[in-house]
This record gives sequence, structure tokens and C-alpha cells, in this order.
Amino acid sequence: MPRLHTDRLYEGELRKIREMLLMMGAKVEEMLSHAMRALIERDSELAERTLYIDRQINRLEIEVDDLCLRVLARRQPVASDLRFVTMALKVVTDLERMGDLGVNICERVIELNEEPPLKPYVEVVNMAEAAQEMLREALDAFVAGDAERALAIVERDSKVDAYYGAIFRELLTYMMENPRNIFRATRVQSIAKYIERIADHSTNVAEMVVFMVRGKDIRHVGKLERRSAHSSKPPAEDGSEVDPRPAAEKSGRQDDSDASLRDVMSAVRGPQSRRP
Amino acid sequence: MLESAEASAKMRADKLSAWFGDKQALRSISLPLVERKVTAVIGPSGCGKSTFIRCLNRMHEVVAGARTAGDVLLDGKSVYGADVDPVRVRRRVGMVFQKPNPFPTMSVRDNVLAGLRLSGITPPDPDAFVEEVLGQAALWDEVKDALDRPGGALSGGQQQRLCIARCLALEPEVVLMDEPCSSLDPVATAKIEELIHDLRERYTIVVVTHSMQQAARVSDYTAFFYLGELVEYDLADVIFTKPSDPRTEDYITGRFG
Repeated sequence: MPRLHTDRLYEGELRKIREMLLMMGAKVEEMLSHAMRALIERDSELAERTLYIDRQINRLEIEVDDLCLRVLARRQPVASDLRFVTMALKVVTDLERMGDLGVNICERVIELNEEPPLKPYVEVVNMAEAAQEMLREALDAFVAGDAERALAIVERDSKVDAYYGAIFRELLTYMMENPRNIFRATRVQSIAKYIERIADHSTNVAEMVVFMVRGKDIRHVGKLERRSAHSSKPPAEDGSEVDPRPAAEKSGRQDDSDASLRDVMSAVRGPQSRRP
Repeated sequence: MLESAEASAKMRADKLSAWFGDKQALRSISLPLVERKVTAVIGPSGCGKSTFIRCLNRMHEVVAGARTAGDVLLDGKSVYGADVDPVRVRRRVGMVFQKPNPFPTMSVRDNVLAGLRLSGITPPDPDAFVEEVLGQAALWDEVKDALDRPGGALSGGQQQRLCIARCLALEPEVVLMDEPCSSLDPVATAKIEELIHDLRERYTIVVVTHSMQQAARVSDYTAFFYLGELVEYDLADVIFTKPSDPRTEDYITGRFG
């Protein structure tokens, strides 16, 4: 880390921004772990209480924005300080969105707790732990100014995505088995989706840490290739086999899971289904 | 580093060192000054930035006991060559100083013409010439009805623009500015900075400044000097967002050891 500012008041302001961001991250982690406990222990009261953490996160967001604006106006930061303050302004949005997603998770947990359990929610909890770890690592990398650590998190996002794919496929089978499962299965699916989004926001934070440390923007690198590899085409009109994704076949990694997902999807749609 | 800057240099310092008696003020500075761009030189007091630009138009040697080593090239030719007339160099490389120093009792018009008169030149149409030069210095509209008033009667910012006009009247190729705004208020400073921006169309400009914000605002290239050495030279955009030397980083962010 660079040495301290000659102006100690300025140094204190930057430290305050850093501390508030860490506090927000800790609150998001707290929400996530409480929500998961509320899900496993079917404790709706805990879920209700957890909702209030989001208000603290929102309050911190406003305070961080306010202090960043004051620092920009009065200190005119440059170089690493400028990168830090602009990063803080973006990261604060990611953290606030994570808090909102935490609220959504709690709401779905409360709805689920009204119903008999669909199944043990082990994978969802594991997924939440993975996402939580990503966030914690991102914030640690932020404090340590460690770009290498931040880069490792960006790569870890695919693990959480894979969790989501697996959970989604399993839930589809439950829904096909019995339409009465649909209400609960879609709730669980939503929770998994929210967790997946939290992991995405953690990835954003990690990317901003790399920018803050190295001054190098790593966002959206290779996104296009990734997108073309993940897009699934609708079944062909004449019912003939569609060759899905040559790119994904080359990588051969998520291929099998994606193929089985397509099988399930076409089974759900049925052979006569048509896209509007 | 910055090959394009090297290629389009109007002036170039080549291993330039300077001394005041025994005290070395500059240590082997090599730096291009890109044609029709603004180069800012920043650094703490005593870092040699003023000495540097005074070497560029051979004003350093005017001080008793001062000497230089290395070379300064203007359009590829040494300004320290044996056959070079320093007065001629100073016409091609003009200078504007920290404190506005118009001839206080001379009229605004005569201030503009002073440099030419000293060289024994009278422009064919002096009135048109004065209007053109004051226009270039963004002063014409403010003084067109006061051309006969003494230069000392103008405001500080107007006096500084009058000095810039006096410098431009000699049709220099390079304009050196040593802290041109340090005695001016923010409004006058903004006018000078806008003028610097416009003058870039025709002149190669070097600005020495204590104000990092000013360097960030006006310069295309920025050089950071420390203890008589050039620490870092790069595009201003790079210096103020991602400097590569930790000493530059510490200085521009306000971490003074």
C-alpha cells in the first residue's frame, strides 16, 4: 500500500470510505447466512428480522456516495486515489444490489416456509456459501490491494453458475413429476437465481479491485465468446436436430450438463411446441 | 517510451545539466517538447523546473556563475552552438514570467510593439498588427478602447495577457510560461488557461506550474521533476490516472515525504 497522505484529514476520509464499504460487505454476508439458516430451520421470524439489515446497507450506500462526492469536490483526487474513489462509487452500487437480492431471498424463504418442504435444500445452501466466499474474498482483495486474489475470484464465478444449472435441472424434474410442486420449485429456483446474481456482483467488485490496483480494465474481456457458447437455440421448426454450439463442444467442459438441460427443456416443451 | 512524442518534438533537451556555481540544479535531463502541444513541468520547489525552461532559451547563463552541460535542440539544431546568437534564440523561444511585468508607464499599444521596436522593426500597419496580436492573446475586446492607457493600469490578469501578447508579437515558435497564473485570481487563471489551449494551434508551449490541477487541466504531456532529475514523462492522461513511478504517485496525490 502507498504511504499516508500528508493531509491527515484527507487520509481519514479515504479510510472512512474503505471502512464503510467493508461494513456493507459484512452486512450482505450476514443477510445471506441468516437467510440460509431461516430456510433450513424454517425460521420465518429470522427471515423477517434479516430484512431489516438491508435498511442499514441502504443507509451506508448513501453515506458512501455522499463522502465520495465530497472528496471529489474538495480534494480533487488523482492517480490511485482517483481510481479508489471512482471504484468506491461503483462498488457501492453492487453492494446495495446484493442487499436487495438478500431481501428477495428472505421473501422467498418466508413463502417457502408456509408450505411443506419440497426437498432438503443442501445445494442451495452450498451455493450460497460459495457466493458468500466470493464476496468475502473480493473484499479481502480490496483491503489488501491484491489484484491476483481478485482475478482468482473472477474465475470462480463459473462454479456458482454451475451450481445454478444443476439446481435448475433438478427442480425441473420435480415440476414435471407433479404440477403441485411448481409453486415451491419456482421459489427455490428464484432463490438460486438471486444467489447467482450476488456472485455476479461479487465478480464486479473483484474486477474493480483489479482496476483500482493496476489501473487496468478487465471487464467484458471474452464475454462475447462466452455468450455465444451459452446461447441455446429453439428446436428447429421441422423437428430436425439442431446443432447447438460448436464453441461449447470444443471446450467440452459444461457440455454434458448443457446437453441434458436441453433434453429436459425439450421434454417440457414437447415436440409440438412452437416459439411465438 | 512515447516514441510518437520523440518523433514530433519541436525542441528537445538532451542530457541537459545545469549548475549555479557548485550547486547542480539539473541532472542530465532528456525530454522532448512536442510541436503544437502543451507540455507541463511539475515538481516541488527547488526541483529545477524553472531552471529547466530557462535553459531552453539560454536565459540560465545570464545569471552569474551559472553554466550548463548537455544540449538543447530546436528543430534538430543546437541552441548552444558556437555560431548561435542567444538573442535570436530568445526571439524564437519566448518567455512569460510569473509576475505580470508589462512596461508600466508605456501604453498598451506600445507594450505590444516594444519587442519589435527594440529589434528595429516597424510593422507595415501597426494598428492592424496590435489588434491581431491582442486578439491572439484574448485581450483585444477588453482593451480596444484603452490602447493609450498605461500597461500598469490594467488588472493583473489583463497585464499577464498583455505580457503574452508582447511575447507573441515577436512571432515565436515556442512559448515558455513560468508559473503564469500564480499571482492571478481564478477568473483570470481560467482565461489564461483557455488562452493556452487556443495558442496550442500555432505554438509549442511549455508551462511550469506548482498547481497539479492546472497541469492536469492544460497539458497534453506532463513531466515530473524531483531534486533536479526527470522522474517521469508521459501523456497527462496517464500521469494523472496511472503514473508508473511511485515518486510521481506520491507527489501528485499529496503524499509528501
